[in-house]
Amino acid sequence: MSLISRLLEHEEIPTVIVGSARSIVEHCGVARFLFTDFPLGNPFGIPYDRDMQESIVRQALDLLEQASEPKTTRVAPFDWGSDQSWRDNYMRVRDEDRETLRLMGEERRLRRIENKRGKT
Amino acid sequence: MDRTTQYYAAQGFEKPYRWAYNDTAPFAALDRPLSEMTLGLASTAATYHRGELEPRRVVPLSNDSLPDSLYADDLAWDKQATHLDDRRSFFPIEVLQELASQRIIGAVGPRSYLLPTEYSQRKTNTEDGPILLDHCREDGIDAMLLVPL
Repeated sequence: MSLISRLLEHEEIPTVIVGSARSIVEHCGVARFLFTDFPLGNPFGIPYDRDMQESIVRQALDLLEQASEPKTTRVAPFDWGSDQSWRDNYMRVRDEDRETLRLMGEERRLRRIENKRGKT
Repeated sequence: MDRTTQYYAAQGFEKPYRWAYNDTAPFAALDRPLSEMTLGLASTAATYHRGELEPRRVVPLSNDSLPDSLYADDLAWDKQATHLDDRRSFFPIEVLQELASQRIIGAVGPRSYLLPTEYSQRKTNTEDGPILLDHCREDGIDAMLLVPL
């Protein structure tokens, strides 16, 4: 989506990204980015929390309107709640998971080979 | 990014993905107040349970008949910590429509856009991006809210 943002900005369509993968978006370099510090999947906040979701939309629109230079990041003033274990768990490679992950990778590679065969 | 690289390395994908990097970014300034602009919404979700290897494409959706649910089982998001059962948590079209009725934004475009997350940056830059741009121009979109999962 960061590449899409850059393309639209090149074509004079202003954009704002709302998302939780800060390092990836900032690495790519975009015009305006509202960072929401949540687990990936719900960039507008906790499911069914309508007040939080509306507030984040409003903050994104404020950023769209107020940013005066590219690579402007703002941080939404919300957190995910008391259970912060997702920060440590997401994509963490633990020794006890290595065999499972290795098998997952093998399965994915097999599926890709079969997919390519199916196309030829 | 480091953790993602380690995760896929543990699956045997040893050549790390190279995310796009840029020192600078293009910047289009607003040429009028948001209250006079038509806003579009784009998401990386899909209207169906997309398979990991299924061909992906840009899908414009009429905002008059949006599905209650969107899906992204094929994408990397935190499936342990959360879920996508509440579409508004990642696709807030109803909030945008309400803000348009309050004249905080001029209007919401007639369609929203579902964009594939592609491994290939070339495909995003030379295929999906230009298709989205054409849709934006057809729909009179002045500015865009972009929401990656």
